[in-house]
Amino acid sequence: MSDYGFYLWGSYAVTFVLLFVEIIFLMKRKREAKA
Amino acid sequence: MSSSSFRLFQFAAPARFYGLAGALIPWCWAAFAVLAAIGLWMGLFVAPTDATQGDAYRIIFIHVPAAWMSMLLYLVMAFWAAIGWAFNARLASMTARAIAPTGAMFTFLALWTGALWGRPTWGTWWVWDARLTSELILLFLYAGFLSLVSAIDDPRRADRAGALLAIVGAVNIPIIHYSVVWWNTLHQGASVSVTKGASMQSQMLAAMLLMALAFWMYSIAVTLVRVRCIIREREG
Repeated sequence: MSDYGFYLWGSYAVTFVLLFVEIIFLMKRKREAKA
Repeated sequence: MSSSSFRLFQFAAPARFYGLAGALIPWCWAAFAVLAAIGLWMGLFVAPTDATQGDAYRIIFIHVPAAWMSMLLYLVMAFWAAIGWAFNARLASMTARAIAPTGAMFTFLALWTGALWGRPTWGTWWVWDARLTSELILLFLYAGFLSLVSAIDDPRRADRAGALLAIVGAVNIPIIHYSVVWWNTLHQGASVSVTKGASMQSQMLAAMLLMALAFWMYSIAVTLVRVRCIIREREG
């Protein structure tokens, strides 16, 4: 996978970072809604 | 109306739906984790290397499911927005609002991973062909919906305005889907067709479908959490 590592891992990294960030924001909103 | 139908309609009340959503969320997270783990394992380690694209093609296991989710979530959002508008159903409008951020995120991911796939295979990050441009318009539609509903203070008025935009924007979904048929595009045709079946190796197809199911479970989980937040924010 070395020839295309930047493109391949770049795609997967951005995807899982965005999913993680959405979950973090959602947890924050959930805490605020309960407060 | 049968008793089972009546029981189902009871969950149209936000207060009742709140409990049901809370019970479903852990199962959706668990399904997402299992499906994503198996899908990633199959996509990255089991599916063979492509003869022409090498390992760059493995972006497909993220790109295609994200693109499918971007379109599917828009249709589901427009459907619930329309139901909320037509029947003055609060929960339906809340669901439409809850879907929009995740739909926008998957649209961005489809575009981003498409650019990262396009560079090594097409030699360019972006072209203004019909598929890419109509997908970009979809991102603008999501952004427009989110901006519109957050710009109006009265939630009911905001829901109605958002519903109008969502319904009108739904015309873009068949344009995205058929863009590769109607116009001469650099983007390839459909990898999976209902009428023609799949044009890819079985392990590749299985990995892609598993990732699509994983993203579907993720979307349901996130939407349910967000609907519960909206219910609390609006109704205490």
